[in-house]
Amino acid sequence: MAVVSKEENANAKPSLDYLKENFRDYGMLMALIAIVVFFLVVVRQQLDVDFLSAQNITNLFLQNSYVIIMALGMLLVIVAGHIDLSVGSVAAFVGAISGVMSVNMGLPVYVVVPAGLVCGAIIGAAQGYWIAYWRIPSFIVTLAGMLVFRGLTLWLLGGQNIGPFSRGFQSLSTGFIPDLFAVDRPNMTAMVVVVLSAALVVWLGWRARKRDAAYGIQQEPSAIFYIRNAIIAAALVFVGWKLASFRGLPNVLIVMAVLTVLYAFFTEQTTPGRRIYAIGGNLKAAKLSGINTEKLVFLTFVNMGVLAALAGMIVTARLNSATPKAGVGFELDVIAAVFIGGASMSGGVGKIVGVIVGAFIMGVMNNGMSILGIGIDYQQVIKGLVLLAAVIFDVYNKSK
Amino acid sequence: MAALLEMRGISKVFPGVRALDHVNLSVEAGEIHAICGENGAGKSTLMKVLSGVYPHGTYEGDIFYDGAPLANRSISDSETKGIIIIHQELALVPLLSIAENVFLGNEVSSGGVINWPETFNRTEALLKKVGLSEPPGTLVEKIGVGKQQLVEIAKALAKNVRLLILDEPTAALQENDSQKLLDLLLELKTQGITSILISHKLNEISRVADRITIIRDGSTVSTLTREEISEDRIIRDMVGRDMAHRYPERTPAIGDVLMEVKNWNVWHPEQHTRQMIRDVSFNVRKGEIVGIAGLMGAGRTELAMSIFGGSYGRNITGEVRMHGKPVDTSTVTRAIDARIAYVTEDRKALGLVLEEPILRNISLANLAGVALRGVLNKAQEATVAEGYRKAMAIRTPSVHQKVVNLSGGNQQKVVLSKWLFTDPEVLILDEPTRGIDVGAKFEIYGLMNRMADEGRGVVMISSEMPELLGMCDRIYVMNEGAFVGELAREEASQERIMALIVSK
Repeated sequence: MAVVSKEENANAKPSLDYLKENFRDYGMLMALIAIVVFFLVVVRQQLDVDFLSAQNITNLFLQNSYVIIMALGMLLVIVAGHIDLSVGSVAAFVGAISGVMSVNMGLPVYVVVPAGLVCGAIIGAAQGYWIAYWRIPSFIVTLAGMLVFRGLTLWLLGGQNIGPFSRGFQSLSTGFIPDLFAVDRPNMTAMVVVVLSAALVVWLGWRARKRDAAYGIQQEPSAIFYIRNAIIAAALVFVGWKLASFRGLPNVLIVMAVLTVLYAFFTEQTTPGRRIYAIGGNLKAAKLSGINTEKLVFLTFVNMGVLAALAGMIVTARLNSATPKAGVGFELDVIAAVFIGGASMSGGVGKIVGVIVGAFIMGVMNNGMSILGIGIDYQQVIKGLVLLAAVIFDVYNKSK
Repeated sequence: MAALLEMRGISKVFPGVRALDHVNLSVEAGEIHAICGENGAGKSTLMKVLSGVYPHGTYEGDIFYDGAPLANRSISDSETKGIIIIHQELALVPLLSIAENVFLGNEVSSGGVINWPETFNRTEALLKKVGLSEPPGTLVEKIGVGKQQLVEIAKALAKNVRLLILDEPTAALQENDSQKLLDLLLELKTQGITSILISHKLNEISRVADRITIIRDGSTVSTLTREEISEDRIIRDMVGRDMAHRYPERTPAIGDVLMEVKNWNVWHPEQHTRQMIRDVSFNVRKGEIVGIAGLMGAGRTELAMSIFGGSYGRNITGEVRMHGKPVDTSTVTRAIDARIAYVTEDRKALGLVLEEPILRNISLANLAGVALRGVLNKAQEATVAEGYRKAMAIRTPSVHQKVVNLSGGNQQKVVLSKWLFTDPEVLILDEPTRGIDVGAKFEIYGLMNRMADEGRGVVMISSEMPELLGMCDRIYVMNEGAFVGELAREEASQERIMALIVSK
């Protein structure tokens, strides 16, 4: 047999070519940075306010926590080749349940939160069952779910708001990690946590890089690696310092960060995560490779339900009131974040990191435009155009 | 009689393949002309040239129709001249009524508004002609395949057909439906409609055809008149080509029976009364390459997929034994655990995740092999893929390359690697060389020999008889869902295989 093997050393490629090839991955990060800088300059000019003030950074996290948390689950749903339109209604419904339990029944937070998560799991299972085992299109099932759970929310709350919540429940969203070093400001706990995690991120990246090199796996050029890590570490330390000089680390930020790391690990390093990508990439091939596609799709929706429930309770805690109007349109923000983050409508493609960047692009724009006093009308138009532009950019990059 | 159709020196080239090479075909007015040839001989391509699927200018040669040169720009162009082709896969819309289908694209209308009473009246008249008594408002999905075929013909009649081309019209039909269709062809002949019939079934051909043209490897071999038609002659002309040195040498070392399938029966997944596999039994030995021959639609893929995790069909009965012990192959996971692998005939749709890199495709069926307690070891995954890249000579700069960027032959090597990584004892290879070039075919044959030499059992399904004869130690012949013969290497020949297929 004639064996002609053509070796090509990918490492030798200049950094610029690498950047061009992986433009998608870096493009969105650069877009986020550009948007932040834009608001930083314009807000200073127009209003003489610091866009990246400690308070506003804290606000950014608090405002966007629900989008990011749900987007983690939505990424899995979309990667598997499905969609979930019901997350806003589910979040509202679980928020209402938590209101009834917490306010009307006076149950403590450590009962209410797990119960809410279980409700979310049951709702996700109820929808996932039809999608996975009966092959009912997820668009239809979750569109129905969107109506059903919105209706149930109205019914449960009787059209009224329920509140106020106990301090314990409110701390889900508005609480901060107490300062263990007790030196008041700057909050040393926050500083230590952030510096340690920045160091951890860089160290993990470096270790993976070394391991990849040992196995000859293709990797980014060292210049890009160092610059990227320097930016990430600097951003983390900057944000940490700002937070430390305000009220410390919000509880939500910790929840978000932990979930993000968990889901990044799940999608990239575990067999079930890998299988979800295969299902979205080619369902039939995945099935013929011995993958239990039904079960995995089902569990993906259960997971989505749990995350929607968590987001619902966080939003309720933030508003300090369970309201029938909660979560209206959340599904669109979440889905938009996932697509801006580079996921493909047809499934099989998408990364957690991309989703986080996508969610922050949406979040920063929401926040910045509100500060500038741009009307909700223009905000929607601009957000819509950004979503469209991001996806066109994606398709254009692929067809090149 | 004068020739209605003359095709002279037709050549059609696809990238890398010369599908037609100076084909001549002459069809006289009012005759039924059969075209015969192996799968891939060029019959369908020739008909696509005739019907305008490949427009004038994309092929070489001349076509004369009714004495005048024919230069079709599109299908509708040829249809206005009364040349209508009925494809193997029916082109009816299942959820529309018979009447709507018959006049689809040819609606009885004025100013875009459909005249329904007239549509129904005309449909009724046409249905009577083809011998159907269904009301014209019946949805097409409610009637059987045989009747759907007749609706197709009614649709052709609605367009004032003069030359009717049928591409294997009876392939999906049961015996009595086939007879009805053939009777209808004879009836249409008396009304002056000329037909071209593409068929594998020699008994049908000898029953209705006036003349027969045989095509092999993209060239006309012969045109026989009714008196000259004999099965022997047709088979001899259909097959027979140089087979030397197209297959790597191998000295078989055949051991004990590895896998045994007994009394395998499978029914169609939707049409519940249709049995697709009838009482099939076969075995594979250690180190043996066993072939399954048959024409398209014989049920070979259905057999393989039903064995592999019940991936096709319903009401599957029968037994699979490995080393003499019954094994459960009712899900893909269990079949893999029983150390059976199935390499699909459609690698793009069923075998690969095209947008993912090579290494992820190779590990997909055995992720546990590169993971510890559910956590992937990516370095190990890369090492495994790299190993297969070298062993299978997959031509790619890196195993991180997306599979979609590879050639057909290299894609096939990735699929084979994926299944070898599950360490199967038996590999069922379904059309392993379909759509890949000659050089890559030779490599795949070499890999198959290596699998056998490693002591695995290989089942090779192929529509190309020469490759079965060149590769297999034993060949089963399959036709219409049943095994109709078994030939040892020494006794197997294309003529004998063909004879077994058509004997039914």
